[in-house]
Amino acid sequence: MSMGLPLGAALAACGTSGPTRPGATSTGGGGGGTTATYWYLSTQPQEGVRTRTMERFNKANPNGRLVGTTFQNDAFKTKIKTAIGAGQAPTLIWGWGGGGLRSYVQAGQVEDLTSWFDQNPAVKDRLFPSSFGAATIDGKIYAMPCETMQPIVLYYDKRAFEKIKAEPPQSWGDIMALVPKFNAAGIAPFSLGGQSRWTNMMWLEFLFDRIGGPEVFQAVFDAEKDAWSNPIALDALTKAQDLIKADGFIKGFSSITADSNADQALLYTGKAAMMLHGGWTYGSMSTDGGDFVSGGNLGYMNFPPVEGGKGDPSNTVGNPGQYLSISAKATPEQKEIAKKFFATELMSDESVKDWVGTGAVPIVKGADAAFGSAKDAEFLKFVYGIAVNAKTFAQSWDQALSPTAAEVLLDNISKLFQLSISPQQFATNMNAVIGK
Amino acid sequence: MSAPATSVPRGSARRGSLAWLAVPALLLFVCFGVIPLAGVLLLSFTSWDGLGDIHFAGLESWQAILADPGLPHALWVTFLVMAVSWAVQTPASILMGVFLAGSQRYRAVLAVLYFVPLLLSHAAVAITYKALLDPNFGLGPGLNLALLTQDWLGRPWLAFGVVIFVVSWQFIPFHALIYQGGVRQIPRSMYEAAELDGAGRVRKFFSITLPQLKYTIITSSTLMVVGSLTFFDLIFVLTAGGPGDATRVLALDMYKRGFQANLMGPASAIAVILVLVGLALALLLRRVGGRDASHSQLEGA
Repeated sequence: MSMGLPLGAALAACGTSGPTRPGATSTGGGGGGTTATYWYLSTQPQEGVRTRTMERFNKANPNGRLVGTTFQNDAFKTKIKTAIGAGQAPTLIWGWGGGGLRSYVQAGQVEDLTSWFDQNPAVKDRLFPSSFGAATIDGKIYAMPCETMQPIVLYYDKRAFEKIKAEPPQSWGDIMALVPKFNAAGIAPFSLGGQSRWTNMMWLEFLFDRIGGPEVFQAVFDAEKDAWSNPIALDALTKAQDLIKADGFIKGFSSITADSNADQALLYTGKAAMMLHGGWTYGSMSTDGGDFVSGGNLGYMNFPPVEGGKGDPSNTVGNPGQYLSISAKATPEQKEIAKKFFATELMSDESVKDWVGTGAVPIVKGADAAFGSAKDAEFLKFVYGIAVNAKTFAQSWDQALSPTAAEVLLDNISKLFQLSISPQQFATNMNAVIGK
Repeated sequence: MSAPATSVPRGSARRGSLAWLAVPALLLFVCFGVIPLAGVLLLSFTSWDGLGDIHFAGLESWQAILADPGLPHALWVTFLVMAVSWAVQTPASILMGVFLAGSQRYRAVLAVLYFVPLLLSHAAVAITYKALLDPNFGLGPGLNLALLTQDWLGRPWLAFGVVIFVVSWQFIPFHALIYQGGVRQIPRSMYEAAELDGAGRVRKFFSITLPQLKYTIITSSTLMVVGSLTFFDLIFVLTAGGPGDATRVLALDMYKRGFQANLMGPASAIAVILVLVGLALALLLRRVGGRDASHSQLEGA
């Protein structure tokens, strides 16, 4: 730490193309004007959209440009944290909002944008209100919601259902009834990339919601004592284990990772009949899955209700959006550039169209107007419909909680799915980190 | 340097210049060894999320870590990895080293081939094995071999076995190389004398080769044991410590706490524990091997 700072300063001092050192007066730069830095993820096709959006902004603002750097997903998570901790953050901090954003806010590293949004109601009103939840910490907005919404969707292979002559599940009971039928036909009922842990978590998110409504997890989020011991929570955890015990998931699911898209491959190769996964997998299944998507074999639906459950079946979970914050350490000029970017190009009509082209739904109200010509119009309308109709669009738990609690959560979820701990033990372990 | 006038200042001048030669190494060690270590020790008494200010927290991190059931588990897994990988690697490396010490040409060719795994990076090896062991798209289903189609990384003991196998696969060549050198240093005359006394191959191996390799075994074991404390990249990519926490060794536990859970204090405490365990092991092995591990047994020959 003590060695790192002077070294970092020295590096920043000698690099001309390197990241601009925040806090330094960066007015020079060969007549190019001030620049603000922007780090974002390098996965395609999203990277292309981000780059094009930034280039359009730079073209329109030659005197206040953005300089972008791309990172691979997991590398980014560590890198951005280290950079922020060392006071070397880029001007624009890209993220998933929620607990991660809260830790930046608590460290005083990101700008409060509440008053800016009040002054620019047009920017705010354009976006889905549900996207602001994860950007709001203690009543103040610290990030601009942007890009796309990614609810978790229940995908299924229509060919598999034809084979066993069954209909897609309309309830949890249907799911449990389908499991032995698919197993008898030699098809795994559900694909799951269990090694990635958050993949298992999506099941719990929906079970909690469908049985008890969003209040059950909200209690955890609000740090209520012993919130995980709620009988509804225990019921949901038990149901998840019931599904595992009934061989609901493909054999060896703990060896499968989501990063390699092997779980999606199981669905489009016909080895598994259904998969609960994020909206973003639609795009990769249509590129990797041959004619699986284009041939109309992919079905999708919202998670079905659980018998006797209190949760509204229109609810969904996932990523209500992505989030851009402004580093508190940036210079006033850099902050100005960033705000201009927020107000103009970030979610402009042009970039909305670009996002739609990737098979994703931008978080802009009325984005469905741009769907007409898109080749994935049907899926886009479905996702848009979920977002519009959802009473609650809850954020993924691991993003909503603090990084500390999220790590314990994922750890215990993987043990729960290994059947190495009981729902009761899960609740006890999780109660211990409530509010941390 | 000026010409020496008398013998007394000459001696001290030479000693002085020799001591000076150690400065670069010392400087590097202090900069990249001692100072970070001191930093980690300090951090272990603080609470820091890697983002905000560092607060002094006294023994809080230590209390949290020592009371956490995850620590004995991680220690136990680390110990198991260490012990089992040692027990697998040592006999295999000795046999391979003895085999490769022969001067036949085909053995020289094989030696080059055996050396290949060592040239690959841990991460690349782990990614490859992960793909090969995939229960649906890996080697087993590809070749239709039921034996190879297991939930390799999803069952605690299988995953542990895979880790040991991959570690051994990668490091046996290295230790075989050490043993090869050791075997080649054993004087021929000892074997000739034994042959005159009518000793067979097995007898020669157990009565001459193995005892003569004592210090090589200690060197190689020290490298294995202390090295196994730092297995991180391989396990991280292969199993990420899973399933559950079945392969979560200390180094992985430290990373997860520090960089995924943002708990730098407890992570630093684990780092200190790792350093202490490593030091204790190195000392223990030196003790076992006698005072001077570079001491030679050749005088008796």
